[in-house]
Amino acid sequence: MMQWNSVGEFFAMGGYAFYVWGSFGACALAMLVESLLLRQQRAELLRSLKDQHEA
Amino acid sequence: MMDKQSASPWMRYASPATFYPLAGTLQPWFAGLAALLTLAGLWIGFFVAPTDATQGEGYRIIFVHVPASWMSMVIYCAMAFWAGIGLAFNTRLSSMMASALAPTGAMFALLSLVTGSLWGKPMWGTWWVWDARLTSELILFFLYLGFLALQAAIEDPKRADRAGAVLALVGVVNVPIIYFSVKWWNTLHQGATISMTKSPSMAMTMLWGMLLMALAFWMYSIAVALARVRNIILERERHADWVRQTLENA
Repeated sequence: MMQWNSVGEFFAMGGYAFYVWGSFGACALAMLVESLLLRQQRAELLRSLKDQHEA
Repeated sequence: MMDKQSASPWMRYASPATFYPLAGTLQPWFAGLAALLTLAGLWIGFFVAPTDATQGEGYRIIFVHVPASWMSMVIYCAMAFWAGIGLAFNTRLSSMMASALAPTGAMFALLSLVTGSLWGKPMWGTWWVWDARLTSELILFFLYLGFLALQAAIEDPKRADRAGAVLALVGVVNVPIIYFSVKWWNTLHQGATISMTKSPSMAMTMLWGMLLMALAFWMYSIAVALARVRNIILERERHADWVRQTLENA
């Protein structure tokens, strides 16, 4: 089942490392950034609503 | 605006005040499912699925490229559906759902183009060709950007919703064009990965890895759309009494 004989072989991806890791990395980065932006947006909203309710 | 709270249970959830806490309860479950399915999909994709006979290890891009492309189309249809419902029935929450889906759909359309480019370079020898599949996916990305720009440019939320809905509905014709482009035109892009009429041409483990990743992206999209629609609800309903009560009780 397992086609990798070493960790180095796994990261080399049969010579396609840049393309394979680039694709997976782009997806992971985009999803991470989107999640963090939403969290930050929510925190800012809650802060401004708190100010509005206290005023 | 009248809120017919007692009309039916479904109508009740069409009210932002009832949907806000429900979305908050559901969101972590979808996020958790997305994480679990991603781990399972990555495991199968990298450690169980065999090396491809013609593309070597390079084919493994399929485990993110196909799910991202599918989501870019599915989210567009969902966005157009909610925008259309909002336009027809004047339900605020439907339009908010459409707005919540757009950025994630745009992101997946871009990821589809980027991962496709990273796959095309080693296999076709070029980052980009103006063929039907690639061009129609690029148009999908621009439709998302158009929707976002149009909504951002119009100050009055109701007018922004209506204008966005018209654009979203007109653009929906592009989705079947993307899907069938590989059949209708002679393109460099390979045919559909999954066909309803033919038995799968790929190894079962490859197929499972791809389907798990697609399901993971699906759960991620729902989790993110729920989180974003909650932000949109808070922003648009900021002067409503229920917002104040909900936040004070939290």
